[in-house]
Amino acid sequence: MCGIAGLIALAPGLAPPAPETLTRMAAAMHHRGPDEFGIYCDDRAGLSHARLSIIDLASGQQPLASLDDDVLIVFNGEIFNYVELRDELSAEGRRFRTKSDTEVIIAAWERWGEGCLERLNGQWAFALWDKRRARLVLCRDRLGVRPLHVAEHGGYLYFASEVKAIFAADRAIPRELDPHGLDQAFTLWAPVAPRTPFAAVRELVPGTFEIHELASSPPSRRVASYWSPTFLSAAGDTLAAAEGSVQRSAEATLAALQEATRLRMVRADVPVGSYLSGGLDSSLVAALGLRAKGERFKTFSLRFADAEFDETEFQDAMVKMLETEHQSVVVSRDDIGRVFPEVVYHAERPLMRTAPAPLFLLSKLVRDVGIKVVLTGEGADEVFGGYDLFREGKVRRFWAKQPKSTCRPRLLERLYPYLARSPVDKRALATSFFGRGLDRATQVGFAHDMRWRNGAALRRLFHKDVAAELAGSDVVRELLDDLPAEVRSWAPLGQDQLLEMKTLLGGYLLSSQGDRMLMANSVEGRFPFLDKQVVELASRLPARHKLRGLDEKHVLKQAARGIVPASILARKKQPYRAPDALSFLGAGAAGYADELLSQASVSRAGVFDPGAVGKLWAKCKTSQAEAFSNADNMALVGVLSTQLLYTQLVLGSPACPDVRLTTHIDRRTQR
Amino acid sequence: MSDPSTKQRIRAFLETNFYIADKSLLVDDASLLDRGIVDSTGILEIVAFLESDFGIKVEDHELVPDNLDSIDRLVAFVATKRAT
Repeated sequence: MCGIAGLIALAPGLAPPAPETLTRMAAAMHHRGPDEFGIYCDDRAGLSHARLSIIDLASGQQPLASLDDDVLIVFNGEIFNYVELRDELSAEGRRFRTKSDTEVIIAAWERWGEGCLERLNGQWAFALWDKRRARLVLCRDRLGVRPLHVAEHGGYLYFASEVKAIFAADRAIPRELDPHGLDQAFTLWAPVAPRTPFAAVRELVPGTFEIHELASSPPSRRVASYWSPTFLSAAGDTLAAAEGSVQRSAEATLAALQEATRLRMVRADVPVGSYLSGGLDSSLVAALGLRAKGERFKTFSLRFADAEFDETEFQDAMVKMLETEHQSVVVSRDDIGRVFPEVVYHAERPLMRTAPAPLFLLSKLVRDVGIKVVLTGEGADEVFGGYDLFREGKVRRFWAKQPKSTCRPRLLERLYPYLARSPVDKRALATSFFGRGLDRATQVGFAHDMRWRNGAALRRLFHKDVAAELAGSDVVRELLDDLPAEVRSWAPLGQDQLLEMKTLLGGYLLSSQGDRMLMANSVEGRFPFLDKQVVELASRLPARHKLRGLDEKHVLKQAARGIVPASILARKKQPYRAPDALSFLGAGAAGYADELLSQASVSRAGVFDPGAVGKLWAKCKTSQAEAFSNADNMALVGVLSTQLLYTQLVLGSPACPDVRLTTHIDRRTQR
Repeated sequence: MSDPSTKQRIRAFLETNFYIADKSLLVDDASLLDRGIVDSTGILEIVAFLESDFGIKVEDHELVPDNLDSIDRLVAFVATKRAT
C-alpha cells in the first residue's frame, strides 16, 4: 500500500517536472508509505511514490519501468489475482523482472489495453505513463477503495492519492473550498466523486479511468467507465427468486467469500491481521481468515468508555472462538476530541460524524504492534443489504401502497423499538414524519429521501454568500439525474444499494472511515466483501434473499451459520457509532473548539453564518446530552470539521518532512 | 386572541434552538417538519420548551402535527392550553 502522485506538462515548452516538486509530493504522503520513496522524471512527466512494502519487499520499488523502459507506473493498492494473471502472461512468453503485482499491471496493460481492467481483482489507483506515446493513464478500482485526485494548474496536470500532495506541489494551486462539494457533504454525508470539497481538485470516479494523450494538439482527455454496480431488474429479481433458493445462494456466497478472504490473507509478504467489531461481518471475515491461514493471527477491536457504543461482549465471544492474539483500544470522548484535528487532516473532507476518530486510534494500535495489513468487514451492508435504511425503505414502500393503512406504519416500530417507547409513537406524529413523500414511493431515491432532506436542512447554517451561490442547485437532483436510465427498472433494493455505494461507501466509509484512517498510520485495509466476485454474485441475488421480510443480510447469516457464534448471528445489528458533539466539550478539544467556532474564525473562513454557529455551539454547551439531537450532532461535527479543513489545508500547508529517495530515475534532457 | 408575545417567544426559541441565521425561513404557517427545521427529536425539544416556558403540560394524545407543526399552530395550541 502506498501513496502515488505526479504531474505532466500538458503543453510542450513548459519546464520539465522538477525532482524537488516530486519529492515534496511524496513527502506530503509519507504516512501512506514510510518504507521507501521514489521519483521518476522526464521532459514531460514526473511520477512520485511513497511505499508501504507488502508484496515483493526486495524488488517492488516504484516508480517501476517496463522491460523496454518505455512505460512507467506508480501504483497504490493490491491486485489480488496477480499470481494468476502473471502465470497467464508468462505462458504467452512475457518476461518479468520483479515478483510484484505492480509489474503485472504494466504487462496486462501492454497485452490487453483497457480490457485488462476487467481482469483485475483488487483495490487500486495507478498512474501509467507511456513515454513513447506520450500518454498518461489514470485508473481507480471499482468501488473506490483507493483514492486518486486530479487538478490542473498553470499548464500542468497534477494527480495524487491525497489532495495534500497536490497542494504540496505548488503553493499557487488554488485551495478554495467548493460550496457545491460542501453542500454534498452536508446533504449526502460526503462529497460525491468527481467532486471534492476543493474547487480546483476533482477525484476519479470509482470504476473509471482516464487517458491523456499529449501527442495530440491540444492534448486530449478521454474518461471512460470500465465497471459500475449493476442489479437485477424488477422482473429479473422475481425470476431469480422463483428459480433460486436461499440455501443455494448461501452456499455460493460462502464459497465466494472464502476465496475472497483467502486471497486477501495469503497474498502478502508480511503478516495480516483482522479487525473484529463484534458484528457479523468482521466476525465472518476473521473466521474465514483463520481457515485460510491455518494458524493464529492477530485481531484488533475498538472499545468505548461510553457503554452505549461498546460491543466488547461480542468481541470477546469471537476471540474465544478463534483463539486469536487479540488487542483492543478503549476510546473515550476526550480521546476523540484530542485526535479530531489529525483525523480531519487525513480525511481531507468535512465529516458529519466523529466515527472516523476511533478508527484512527485503532490503526495506530495495529501499527504499534508491527502489523501492516488488516482484513475488515467493510462493504457487507452495501453488498448484502444490511442497513436500516433498506428496511425502512421497504416498510415505507409497502405502506405507500395503502397510504391510509394504520397497520402498515406500525411495522416501523419493528425497525425502531424506541418508537414504541417514546411519545413519538403517537401515530399522528410518526405518520407525519415517516409518511412524508409516500407519493414518491416508486421513484429512485425514495428510501434516502428523508435522510437527505434532514441533511439539506443544515444548509441553513451556510453563510449567505455561500447560500446565494447554491441557490437553484440541488445536489440530490444532480445525483439522481446522473444515474443510468436502466436503474429505474431495477428492483427497489438494488436502487437503494446503488445509491448507498455511490454516496456513503465511496465518499465516506471507504475514504474518511477507511483508507484515510488506516493510511494515516501506514496500515492497509483489505475488504473481502468488496471482492469483484463477491460483489457481482451478491448483485445477482434476488432482493428477498438479502432482505427477507425485515431480516437484513439474510443470506449472509445463513452462510455464516456454524462459522460465527450463534449469539452474534442472533444479535440485532448495531450501527457503528461514536460519541459526537460531546467529544468536544471536554479537555480533549479544549485547545481548539472554542477558537475555531468563534465569530472571528467562522467569519474568516466565510463558509458558515457566525451567528448561527454561535447559537449551535452555545446549545451544545448548555444542553443536556439527551437534548442534543442527531441533527445537532451532525451540524456541530460538520461545522467543526469544515473549520479545521479550512485552517489546515486552505490557510495552512501540508507537512512535508525530509525524505530520502531510494529510487530516482531522471531522464530529463532539458533542465 | 393569543398573547402577541407568545409568538415572539416561540420564534425566538426556534431561532436559537435550531440555529437559524436567515429569519425568513420561519414562516408562520409553514410546516416545520417539511421545511427541515425540526425532525422527530426537534418536536420533542419544542414540547419541552412549551412545558418549561409556558407552564403547560402536553399530553401524549396532543403530540400531533395539528398542534405542533407550525408557528401558528403552536401559538394556537398554547392559547388553548392556557384557556383550559
